[in-house]
Amino acid sequence: MSDKKLVEVRNLVKEFKVSSSMWKKSTSVVHAVSDVTFDIYQGETLALVGESGCGKSTLGRLILNLIEPTAGSVTFDGQNMQKLKPEDLRQLRRQMQLIFQDPYASLNPRWSIRDIVAEPLETFHVYKTKAETTKRVEELLKTCGIRPEFINRYPHQFSGGQRQRVGIARALALNPRLIVCDEPVSALDVSIQAQVLNLLGDLQQEMDLTYLFISHDLSVVRYLSDRVCVMFLGKICEIGTTKDVYESPLHPYTRFLLEAVPKPDPTKRKEDKDMLIGEIPSPVNPPSGCRFHTRCPFATEQCSKEEPVLHEVSAGRMAACHLVK
Amino acid sequence: MEQHTDLLEIRGLKTHFFTKQGEVPAVDGVDIAIPQKSIVGLVGESGCGKSVTAMSIMHLVQHPGRIVAGQVLFNGDDLAVKSIREMNKIRGKDISMIFQEPMTSLNPVYTIGRQVSEAILLHQNVSKAEAKERTIEIFRKVGIPEPEKRYSSYPHQLSGGLRQRVMIGMAMVCNPQLMIADEPTTALDVTIEAQILHLMRQLQSEQGTSILMITHNLGVVAELCDEVYVMYAGKVMEHADVNELFAHPQHPYTFGLLNSIPDTSGTKSRLYTIRGMVPNLLKLPKGCRFCPRCEKAMKICTMQEPELQDLGNGHQARCFLFDKEVMGK
Repeated sequence: MSDKKLVEVRNLVKEFKVSSSMWKKSTSVVHAVSDVTFDIYQGETLALVGESGCGKSTLGRLILNLIEPTAGSVTFDGQNMQKLKPEDLRQLRRQMQLIFQDPYASLNPRWSIRDIVAEPLETFHVYKTKAETTKRVEELLKTCGIRPEFINRYPHQFSGGQRQRVGIARALALNPRLIVCDEPVSALDVSIQAQVLNLLGDLQQEMDLTYLFISHDLSVVRYLSDRVCVMFLGKICEIGTTKDVYESPLHPYTRFLLEAVPKPDPTKRKEDKDMLIGEIPSPVNPPSGCRFHTRCPFATEQCSKEEPVLHEVSAGRMAACHLVK
Repeated sequence: MEQHTDLLEIRGLKTHFFTKQGEVPAVDGVDIAIPQKSIVGLVGESGCGKSVTAMSIMHLVQHPGRIVAGQVLFNGDDLAVKSIREMNKIRGKDISMIFQEPMTSLNPVYTIGRQVSEAILLHQNVSKAEAKERTIEIFRKVGIPEPEKRYSSYPHQLSGGLRQRVMIGMAMVCNPQLMIADEPTTALDVTIEAQILHLMRQLQSEQGTSILMITHNLGVVAELCDEVYVMYAGKVMEHADVNELFAHPQHPYTFGLLNSIPDTSGTKSRLYTIRGMVPNLLKLPKGCRFCPRCEKAMKICTMQEPELQDLGNGHQARCFLFDKEVMGK
């Protein structure tokens, strides 16, 4: 990890309009991502964690500029992606790739894996001849642990773990600098999950990759990431190094989230866990003030009125809570 | 009636699927015992036959699958030979089931109140008004806010966590002796999962229901279960008390599973992996079915199938490493 900022996210907002009926004009707004600011450093793994609907996947797609932000900006390697011309943006995109959650839905079933992995190479005309492209595809598959003989097989001939490897090979094809991994192992069994996590770790070392690792699995995040960014309902609660966040969480939500994870150790079983009460509020009508105050046992009157700002607590450590000074 | 210590005893259960490609032994000789008032975990990776085992207990295995051998003794009574009509009296009353996907297991066109009271009306001789009262009472018990109002809600109006609470309420409303929970928290967020697990444990201790917990999540097993069975490719590989299993896993597969979970201490060493992948049940390897992936495989493992070996203290493992005859040679 270096001090060089690869991605700078500034005051990013994304709102989706929803309508109650097909014929009516949109009436309400989903606040998927609200005023989010953070940096991703060159060579690090930054994890985005949070429960479903907290906006982590939306944020990942915003960073790749796959969807347009409502407000705010994303700067990749010094270039503001919202201000780039389409062709410049297209070229910039070579440096960023996405690995998807579902290895069944993210590969075209009618394409051979050669064509799937070759697609980015052909789109950007990296090689002049087909033979060169095929050679590179074979190399990529080999790097990801797929035997090059299987190059003409189709996705259905592979297991979930192998398909995820094909997805990773495709993401590596253009030698990207940033890979957004959107829940890359949550559809896999534990024994296969470990294989894919090891592969991601090896690739990062070999190719100096930067990962934005989106996940709800807190033990995977602890294993893989350098820094963690915890989100709740479109907002960042806390950012810090993985060690700090896991060992001394500042925000009450982080604390409950970590406490809630079932630990694979029956001797640490607790009959009375501190548990969060209630459901996750809707991002259509987020609660006033701090969005977490309806579930927070420490909430004061201030929390329901005033929105806490993400502020620096110590070096590299930020939290958005009125109780954390 | 004869006294039985175990509430449910599965003996040599074989459930096979007769497909065009051949016979698939999804469950291939499984023995499981669920004692009274206990929570038993059944763990394994996808396709290991844990759900088919549950479906076999409930007689819910669909064509082309069929129970081909074995007994399912519930209070000493063999369920495997019961007719559909007899099973209908048992399902929902004595044995109930919770499924993974709370959205697809509730009927979207009926209110949740109606669906839960239907279970009461089917199995108990009560009036509609009383059934409604009891439904509201169980809703309160499983922690559904404003149960009177929620009685007339439709499933789509509820969140995933609330729907799973409805399912648990429906499963508990007739005070069953056994509840089978098939991955009940897999689709839920961690904070909601913690709530649901807490609720299940609370209901279990209050009502004395036994639970068969089917899951792939070893964390859930460690939090909830008393005993654990580990399944692999249709067979039970290891069985032990939960503390014993997590402290001293004996079978190489269990060992591998436990060690491939990312360590919570946060050390960034390489993860232990089990090489290869789950075998195709149509082309099972000869000998031990875990043998091609096993680090400790011996010559005999490729030729002969191991039996479950008793290791003392109720700990069993299906592996030649514990076979005194083989290892003594």
